[in-house]
Amino acid sequence: MSTSIPDRPRTLAEKVWDDHLVVKGENGEPDLIYIDLHLVHEVTSPQAFDGLRGEGRGLRRLDLTIATEDHNTPTLEIDKPIADLTSRTQIETLRRNAEEFGVRLHSLGDKEQGIVHVVGPQLGLTMPGITVVCGDSHTSTHGAFGAMAFGIGTSEVEHVMATQTLPLKPFKTMAITVEGELRPGVTAKDIILAIIAKIGANGGQGYVLEFRGSAIRSLSMEGRMTMCNMSIEAGARAGMIAPDETTFDYVKGRPHAPTGQDWDDAVAYWRTLPSDEGAVYDAEVFLDATELEPFVTWGTNPGQGVSLSDVVPDPASFTDPNERAAAERALEYMDLAAGTPLKDVEVDAVFMGSCTNSRIEDLRAFASVIEGRQKAEHVRVMVVPGSARVRLEAEAEGLDKVFTEFGAEWRFAGCSMCLGMNPDQLAPGERCASTSNRNFEGRQGKGGRTHLVSPLVAAATAVLGRLASPSDLPAFEKAEA
Amino acid sequence: MEKFTTHTGVAAPLTRSAVDTDQIIPAVYLKRVTKTGFEDALFANWRQDPAFVLNQSAYAGASILVAGPDFGTGSSREHAVWALRDYGFRVVLSPKFADIFRGNAGKQGLVTGVVTEADIEAIWAALAANPGAEMTVDLEARTARLGDLSVSFDIDDYTRWRLLEGLDDIGLTLRNEEKIAQFEARREAWRPRTLPVR
Ligand code: SF4
Repeated sequence: MSTSIPDRPRTLAEKVWDDHLVVKGENGEPDLIYIDLHLVHEVTSPQAFDGLRGEGRGLRRLDLTIATEDHNTPTLEIDKPIADLTSRTQIETLRRNAEEFGVRLHSLGDKEQGIVHVVGPQLGLTMPGITVVCGDSHTSTHGAFGAMAFGIGTSEVEHVMATQTLPLKPFKTMAITVEGELRPGVTAKDIILAIIAKIGANGGQGYVLEFRGSAIRSLSMEGRMTMCNMSIEAGARAGMIAPDETTFDYVKGRPHAPTGQDWDDAVAYWRTLPSDEGAVYDAEVFLDATELEPFVTWGTNPGQGVSLSDVVPDPASFTDPNERAAAERALEYMDLAAGTPLKDVEVDAVFMGSCTNSRIEDLRAFASVIEGRQKAEHVRVMVVPGSARVRLEAEAEGLDKVFTEFGAEWRFAGCSMCLGMNPDQLAPGERCASTSNRNFEGRQGKGGRTHLVSPLVAAATAVLGRLASPSDLPAFEKAEA
Repeated sequence: MEKFTTHTGVAAPLTRSAVDTDQIIPAVYLKRVTKTGFEDALFANWRQDPAFVLNQSAYAGASILVAGPDFGTGSSREHAVWALRDYGFRVVLSPKFADIFRGNAGKQGLVTGVVTEADIEAIWAALAANPGAEMTVDLEARTARLGDLSVSFDIDDYTRWRLLEGLDDIGLTLRNEEKIAQFEARREAWRPRTLPVR
């Protein structure tokens, strides 16, 4: 954009910020930042719409706004009325508001419906160098494209609706460099879980994390989305990855991707976005990718994780008294004894879904492990695609058959058991290997116990009925069937 | 947001300290999908007690709340301000407010005046002697008058200015409307658009 560009080297985050400055804040006042894309869902929007109504305001840019239903939607019998009254009210309210204000909405049953963070990228609306907001903390997902994307509260939702801007103070930046080749079976999910375990569930507070290094460049867009999605689990405001050919290839040809001259202009600009040589970050972290193994959480925050081949840690091994106390509480809630090998931990359920891991590649990864096998008898396995389109794609590839023949439930799109706002919940005391992003107490249902894992680990766990990675599965004779 | 200059109304004494947002509005009311209509939720648990101050006929229609210190602590729910506002309160006086509550109040047109503990006691005493008395709050002068009693209150300059001008956050930003429009005029064509549906 035509604003004067400082000559000092800048980071990716600074460049995107600078190019969205509407008003530079003076004397400690916040900057006014333009928002390119506003994603809306049923949980955090009702009061924002109501606020607009009360003040006689409308949306400034309907053409930069899109809504979908996700948190409350049922994943079975989607043609029946929603039983839970609060859920139904939220969804019906969104429908009424979208109609009244003219907002584009993808409702349950529509082929573009799905988790808001799956829908944006798949439509080609998420692209490098833009600002994206949504009343949802996992908006950080979109940073995988080199966008500045972060979650906002309900009053900010109203503010963006009315003005298409937000008053914001610049975030600090943290470079997280991951170098080296990943071992087979180690995925983006394992990298991000390892990062969070390293810097802690609050280690990223106030920062935009920029993931960089050869291991990150080698990831697919879907893997990058998994990483940025969970930046928030390190307490960060956002996560970002510099756009490259992988990014451009992913965006190109999608329904809302630029075309013709616009595409050429866009790519030319996108190539200028990666952090400059010599750009200064407020903090830096390094990770050796070659050492990483499949990862799993043992506690009740996403920073409480270890390699799957490890044992449940002894709280006494934590020097920080708060961490020690947290570990003690977590082990009690999780009903785990220190020293237990994680691979001995039996599960009752496997949840394959959520905005962290419910895209087509995730489903393919899961299917590749279970194909031709049977799930462990005592385990309930739910596969929930991130969007209706992902569901259709999976069915076109025959993945649905792989899932159902394995004994898994093949469901309709939505947040589902990621947060259990709909009926998809764990019973008290049930233990689940989940591809989602939060293992807080009761997150997947009151009293439920969550172990965060990658789709590959989830799949192997579903086969053996205890936490496992694909390399733990007995050699498999495919020809026999 | 409505401008606030002076306001005259019935002052109600809430002779408790550390009134937290869970008391102001219990969590069960957070399920609603509106930003208004929370008047029934205000102090819902306490209002079940017939002796509670707001249930007394002298204080029906009160619009100024005179509370003890540490008002609005606890969870940061904006609903606490909505409930006070919807019930009809325009002003809360207290020796000390929780920061987040104060911030939320200023954005929603609710005046939070900080008065000394001695002045709060004096107001309570005056109200005990004369229940249902009207108070006049002058934001320009930062004073509250009740009969012969006049106290001054503190409110930061910025919040006071916003309240006097009737500017909510959106109103503040819209003062830069021209700059937003200029920014939009130079925005590149490749940037995403959700419409028309493709
Ligand atoms: S899938 Fe889970 S984390 Fe993602 S938006 Fe839905 S509830 Fe939030």
